[in-house]
Amino acid sequence: MIRSEILREIAPILRDQLVVCNIGIPSQELHAIDDQPSNFYMLGTMGLASSIGLGLALAQPKTVIVIDGDGSVLTNLGTLPTIGNNAPGNYILMIIDNGSYGSTGDQPTYTGKKTDLAGMARAAGCDNVVVVQDVDTGPALQKAIAGGRATVLVVKCDSGNAKMPVITMDPVIIRDRFMKAVRA
Amino acid sequence: MSIDARIVDDLVANGIEFVTTVPCKQLAGVIEEVDRRDGIFHIPSNKEDEGMGLCAGAWMGGKRPAIIMQNTAIGVTINTLATLIQYYRMPLPMLISYRGELREPVACQVEMAVHTKALLAQLNIPTYHFHRQSDVEELDMILKYTFMCSKPVAILTDANFWGGYGDQ
Repeated sequence: MIRSEILREIAPILRDQLVVCNIGIPSQELHAIDDQPSNFYMLGTMGLASSIGLGLALAQPKTVIVIDGDGSVLTNLGTLPTIGNNAPGNYILMIIDNGSYGSTGDQPTYTGKKTDLAGMARAAGCDNVVVVQDVDTGPALQKAIAGGRATVLVVKCDSGNAKMPVITMDPVIIRDRFMKAVRA
Repeated sequence: MSIDARIVDDLVANGIEFVTTVPCKQLAGVIEEVDRRDGIFHIPSNKEDEGMGLCAGAWMGGKRPAIIMQNTAIGVTINTLATLIQYYRMPLPMLISYRGELREPVACQVEMAVHTKALLAQLNIPTYHFHRQSDVEELDMILKYTFMCSKPVAILTDANFWGGYGDQ
């Protein structure tokens, strides 16, 4: 499966949760598949989805699901020790690991070679790291939500993108409606 | 009262409950003070752009954030300031150690000091420079201003403000 197929499958699970979604095509895909006020789309700032989600999870009690990518996490590797030492039980970092920089033309990342993101997360202090294959994402995500433990979920899948429109929504509107969903 | 306690009192009085820090020798005392306060959640960052991401999330989660960092970090946070904090219009007080100014003993620090105000000006970030300890009297107003206008705001604090680098 490719990322968009996974997102389509887990959209009913994501719909009721606060979601922070990675920059570029992942946000475009989620926006096209199931736009919700409870989705925070990143329009810029490569790498910071996991950090934004962590700050959000620490500031309020609702479950936060971060949809991140292998390339994005590699950009901001310092996030893993911060997560490992601070993440509360309502934090789920789902890394769609397709071994490539999808938004820029599917150039390979190092996770498609020798680098093991799950191993790096464990070494950084993340206690609950789960690795699943694309077809098992839904049940694994539901288990993480029900578990109430900080989770790093690495989803191994194929490289590739769906053709979706660019998000034209104003960033302040994205942020404002998201904050209303947080408070609701 | 110590300058560190005074600064953190102002943070608390302005409802700031979430503080991320990347250390600098000049900031050691204020970071210790932040860590001591029960009313503040202190989360050290590994890099300042990561810290700004944490602050953005905390703000959307209903907590007033602040970041404490060195001015060299302006060099690594320009994209984050422009495309996250400013683009989504979020408030972010940045208490910044202004290395490379008067009483600086490390020559390399001057290399970023000479760019600091120009970069902040280029980004249209309101910038205040604390050079004497009495300048701290403006901090409370600066924090109120930051949350009023929902912008990142820089408070540059040089070695003279802190009583001299290494000879405090």
